[in-house]
Amino acid sequence: MADNTLLEIRGLVIQATSYPPGEPPKEVTLVHGVDLTLQRGRVLGLIGESGAGKSTIGLSAMAYGRGGVRLTGGTITLNGREIRLASPAALRSLRGREVTYVSQSAAASFNPAKRLMEQVIETSIAHGVMTRPEAEARAVLLFRKLGLPNPETFGNRYPHQVSGGQLQRAMTAMALCPKPDLVIFDEPTTALDVTTQIDVLAAIKEAIRDTQVAALYITHDLAVVAQVADEIMVLRHGRMVELGETAQIIKEPRQDYTRALVSVRSLEHAEKPPAPPVLRIEGLTARYRGTHFDVLKRVSVELPKGQTLAVVGESGSGKSTLARAITGLLPPSSGRITFDGRELSPDLAGRSKDDLREIQMIYQMADTAMNPRQTVGTIIGRPLEFYFGLKGAARDRRVQELLDEIEMGKGFADRYPAELSGGQKQRVCIARALAAKPKLIICDEVTSALDPLVADGILKLLLNLQAIEHVAYLFITHDLATVRAIADKIAVMYKGQVVRYGQKSDVLAPPFDDYTDLLLSSVPEMEVGWLEQVIAHRKMESAGN
Amino acid sequence: MRLPFSALLGLSLTGLFLFIAIFARWIAPYPIDLAVGGVWEGPSAKYWLGTDTIGRDILSRLIYGGQVTIFVALASSILAFSLGSFLGFLAAVKGGLVDQLLSRMVDLVMAIPSLIVALVMLSVLPLNLTVLILVIGVLDSTRVFRLSRAVAVDIAVMDYVEAAKLRGEGQSWVIFREILPNALSPLVAEFGLRFIFAVLFISTLSFLGLGIQPPLTDWGGMVKENKDGLIYGKAAALMPAAAIAALAISVNLVADWVLTRTSSLKGGRGG
Amino acid sequence: MHPVLVLVVQRIALGLLLLLAVSAVIFLGVEALPGDTAQAILGQQATPEALANLREKLGLNDPAITRYFRWLGGVLTGDLGTALTNGADIATSIGQRLGNTLFLAGCAAAISVPLAIILGLIAARYAGRWPDKLISGVTLTTISLPEFVAAYFVIYLLTQVFPVFQPVAMVFPGMSFWAKLQAVALPVIVLVVVVLAHMMRMTRAAILNVMQSAYIETAELKGLSPMTVIWRHAFPNAIAPVVAVVMLNMAYLVVGVVVVEVVFSYNALGQYLVDHVSKRDLPVVQAVGLIFAAVYITLNMLADVIGIISNPRLRHPK
Repeated sequence: MADNTLLEIRGLVIQATSYPPGEPPKEVTLVHGVDLTLQRGRVLGLIGESGAGKSTIGLSAMAYGRGGVRLTGGTITLNGREIRLASPAALRSLRGREVTYVSQSAAASFNPAKRLMEQVIETSIAHGVMTRPEAEARAVLLFRKLGLPNPETFGNRYPHQVSGGQLQRAMTAMALCPKPDLVIFDEPTTALDVTTQIDVLAAIKEAIRDTQVAALYITHDLAVVAQVADEIMVLRHGRMVELGETAQIIKEPRQDYTRALVSVRSLEHAEKPPAPPVLRIEGLTARYRGTHFDVLKRVSVELPKGQTLAVVGESGSGKSTLARAITGLLPPSSGRITFDGRELSPDLAGRSKDDLREIQMIYQMADTAMNPRQTVGTIIGRPLEFYFGLKGAARDRRVQELLDEIEMGKGFADRYPAELSGGQKQRVCIARALAAKPKLIICDEVTSALDPLVADGILKLLLNLQAIEHVAYLFITHDLATVRAIADKIAVMYKGQVVRYGQKSDVLAPPFDDYTDLLLSSVPEMEVGWLEQVIAHRKMESAGN
Repeated sequence: MRLPFSALLGLSLTGLFLFIAIFARWIAPYPIDLAVGGVWEGPSAKYWLGTDTIGRDILSRLIYGGQVTIFVALASSILAFSLGSFLGFLAAVKGGLVDQLLSRMVDLVMAIPSLIVALVMLSVLPLNLTVLILVIGVLDSTRVFRLSRAVAVDIAVMDYVEAAKLRGEGQSWVIFREILPNALSPLVAEFGLRFIFAVLFISTLSFLGLGIQPPLTDWGGMVKENKDGLIYGKAAALMPAAAIAALAISVNLVADWVLTRTSSLKGGRGG
Repeated sequence: MHPVLVLVVQRIALGLLLLLAVSAVIFLGVEALPGDTAQAILGQQATPEALANLREKLGLNDPAITRYFRWLGGVLTGDLGTALTNGADIATSIGQRLGNTLFLAGCAAAISVPLAIILGLIAARYAGRWPDKLISGVTLTTISLPEFVAAYFVIYLLTQVFPVFQPVAMVFPGMSFWAKLQAVALPVIVLVVVVLAHMMRMTRAAILNVMQSAYIETAELKGLSPMTVIWRHAFPNAIAPVVAVVMLNMAYLVVGVVVVEVVFSYNALGQYLVDHVSKRDLPVVQAVGLIFAAVYITLNMLADVIGIISNPRLRHPK
C-alpha cells in the first residue's frame, strides 16, 4: 500500500502577506495544517467556496506558491521525496515532468505567440521524456482522444484561432503529453458554458481513465467533481471539513457544512397561478450601434404581476440585451414594450420618472454596481430622496427599515461597500432597488458571482421579498438550478430568439425541443455516474438518428 | 496612517520651496538685480553662495528666481488642469461628435513634441509672463485631457453610473456625485506630474533664452547666465540647476506616494 | 490582401495625413497668432511705407491659404524658402546641420537602446530586490531633471571633478569619424543619461507586464529554466511593447537633442532652430519645426507598424 502512495501532504501551512490600504502589511494564513494522501491513478476532488484554499493546496503539489504565497510549514512528499524545501533546480525537474497543471482559463494560459503544438510538446522535449516526433505523435493521439477537431492539424493553430472549450482540452493534452504521474485540474470547466462543460468534462474523465494518471481536481461545484473524483475532500477557510469516498460525500455527508453544500441547489419554488401581466414584450428586435446583426430577434414574452419570469440562456443568447432593451438603454429597432398597461418609450430619455422608478435593476457584479465613495446609507437613501423627497431622519428611518428587510440590521448605514462581504453587497443592491417601490425588478445574473451557499441565501431573500412586496422579477440567468428555485415562467433563449416559453412546469417537462433538451441534460446532477448516463444516452440517440 | 519617509521628505521640501517663494521679498538678503560684490566671489558669511558673473548675490537671485519659476509653473499647471480636465470630462460624458472633435484636436497637438510647438509659437508671440503661462498651460492641457478622459470613460461604464442614469439622475449628479469623487485621486497625482512638467518646461525655455526675460529671472535663466562659472570650476553655478532638480524630485516623491495610495485603495478589497 | 498589410497601409496613410495636418498647424496656426512678420523683421521703428513694401515683397498680402499651399509645394520639392534674417537658402543651411544632429542622436540611440533594454531586463528579472531598487532609484532621480540640468551636472563631473572632457563639442566637415566621435562624447553621455531613465523604466514595466501573464506561470509550471521562460515565452510577446517604448523615447530624444546642442554650442539643427526663434525668423522656424515633427511622427508610426506586424492575432487571423 505504501509503495503506491504518490503524494503525501502532512500539516501543510500556507501563508501570504496582505497589504490592506493604509495599514502596515500583515501575515495571513491561508491554509492551516492540511493533510492529504493520494494513491497512484486515483482522483481526489478538492472542493470548497472562495477562500477555502483549494487552489493553493493544489499548487502545493508542485511546491508552487502563486503571487507571493509561501508554503511555510509541513511536509509535501511526492514520489517518496520531500519537495517543500527542494532547490529550484529540483523543482524544475519535477514540474512539467511528474506533475502538470491545467488552469481555469486556458485562453490566458497559452502563449499567444506560439502554435499550440509547440506548447503542447514543449515539456516532453525539455525534460527529455521523448523525441520531437514521438511527442508530436503523442500530442495528436491526445488531441484525438480529447475529441478535438482535425487532430492531425489542430496543433498548427494559434491559441486565438480555437474556441474556449477546445483550448481547455488542448491544455489537458498539454498536461498529459509528458506522461506525468499527477495532473492538477484547477476549475478546468468553470469558465465554460454548460453545454460545452459537459463535453470537456467527459473528455477529461476519459483521458484520466485511459492514461491511468492520478489527479487533483479542484472545483467549487460538487456536482461536477462527483463525476470525476474517487474521493472528495471538502475544505473551508483553509481547513479540511470532511474527507470521504465520492458516493459517501454525496449521499451521506457527515458534517453540516458538507450537507449544506450537497443540498445547495435543491431550493424549489411552487409555481404561482396565471395572473394579468405587468410587463408585455411584443416582437422586440434590437441590434447594437455599428453592428450588422440582430442580437434580439422578435422576442415576445409576458411577465405576470408579482411573479418571476426567468430568462435562461448561454453566453451570446441575448438575455442581457433583453434587459438593456427593457430599461431603455438600448432602444429596440422594432417591437413594443407595455408596462403596467402603458406603452413605454423605447429610449431612456422619453420615459417619465415613474416609469424609471417602477422598473429597477440589480446587477451581476455588486462590486461595480455601487459607488465605492458612497456609504450604504447614501446608496439606499438616494432613491428615497430622489423619488419620494424623503430627507433627514425620515430618510434614515426608511433606510434602516430596508436594511432590516434585507436581514442586515443595524450599523451598516455608515459603511462603505469595500467593508462588506460579497453577499452583503448584493443585499444592499436589492435594498436600493426596493427603496424605489418598484413593480418590476430586473435581476441580471445576480447570483452567478457568488458562492453557492451565499447565492442560496440571496435567492431565499428574493422569494421572501416577492411575497411581501408583490414585486415582479425578470430573472436573467444561465443556471438552471436557479431557475427551478425562483421561476414561475421561463423563456429559454438561444442566439437572440426565444426557443421555448411558458409556465415553469410546462417548459421543464418533455417533450423538449433540441436546444432545451441539450441545455437541461447538460446541467450536472449531484449523483455519481450521471455523466456516463448522459453521454451513453446521447451516443444512443445519435446512433439512432 | 503613517507617512513613508520618501513622502515625508517630498512634502516637507515642497512646503519649504513654497514658503521661500511666497516670502521671497523678506527672506532674500539682497535685491535681485544689483551688483553687490565682486565677480565670482566664493561662498562667504556675507554671500552664502557667492556672487555671479557680474557680482550679484547668487542666493538672493535663487530665491527670487524660485518665486518666478514656481509662480509660472503653478499658474500654467492650474490652467492646464482646469482646461484639460473640464474638456476631458466633457468628452467622456458627452461622447459622440464632441468627443471625436476634441480627441482629434488633442491628437494633432500631441503629434509634435511640445517643445517644438512652443518654439514655433514663441517665434511669433511676444515674450512675457502671460504668454509663457498660456503657451505652457495650453500645451500641457492636452495630457490632462487624455488622462481625465480615460479615467472618466473607465468610470462612466461602471454599473453604478448606469444605475444612476436609470434612476433618472441629471447630468450634474452623474458628473459631480458619481464620476468625480472616483476620478479625484488619480487626478491629484497627475497634478503633481503636470507641475513638474511645467517647471521643467519653463526652465528649459528660459535656458534657451526664450522664457523669462531680464530684469526678472528664473532658475532656468540663471543656469544660462552662470554657465561660464562652471568652466571656471565654480560649484555655485550649479545651484540653480540643483534647485530645479530638488523641486522636481520632491514633487515627484509626493505624486508617487499619492499614486501608490490610490492604487492600493483600488486593489485593496482585502483577501 | 493580407489583413496585416491592410492595417500597415492604413497606419502609414494615417501618419501621412497627420503630417499634412501638422504642416497646416505649423503654418496656418502661426498665422492665426497675433504678430506681424514684417514688423518683426523691421522692428518697432519701421515706417508704414517700408512695412507695406516688405509685405508686398514677401507676398504677405495674399490670403493665408494661398501662401500655405505655395509653402507646402515648396517643401515637397525641397525648396524651403530663404531666411528672413540673412536671405540664405534654408534647405542648404539645414543640410549640413541635419547630418550633425542625426550623428549626435544616432550615437546616443546606439548606446541607450541596448543599455536600456539590458537594464530593464535586469530590473524586471530582480523586481523588488536590490538591483531593481538601485536602478529604479537612480532613474527616478534622472527622470526629474530637464536635459540641460543633467547636462551641467555631467559637465561639472567630467570636466571639473574628473577632467576627462572638453565642455564644448565642435564638429567640422572633414573631421575624421573617430575625431567626431570624441568630440560628441560628452553631449552623447548627457543624452544617454536623459533618455536612458525613461526608456529603462518603460522597458521594465513592459516586461513585468508580460511576466505577470498567466502563460508565463504556465511556462514556469512546465519546469522550464528561467532563461527559457524569458526567451521563448516572454520575449516574443514583449517585442511590441518594448519597440513601442524605444520609439517613444527616440521621439523624446528629438527634443533632448535641441537643448543639448545649445548647451554644447554644437552647430546643428536644434541650435539653428533656437537661434532663429529668438531672431523671429519664421520661415526657418517653420521649416525646422516641420522636420522635427516629421521625424517624431515617423518614429511613432514605425512603433505602431512593428506592433501590428508582431501581433500573432493579426498575423494569423481566424
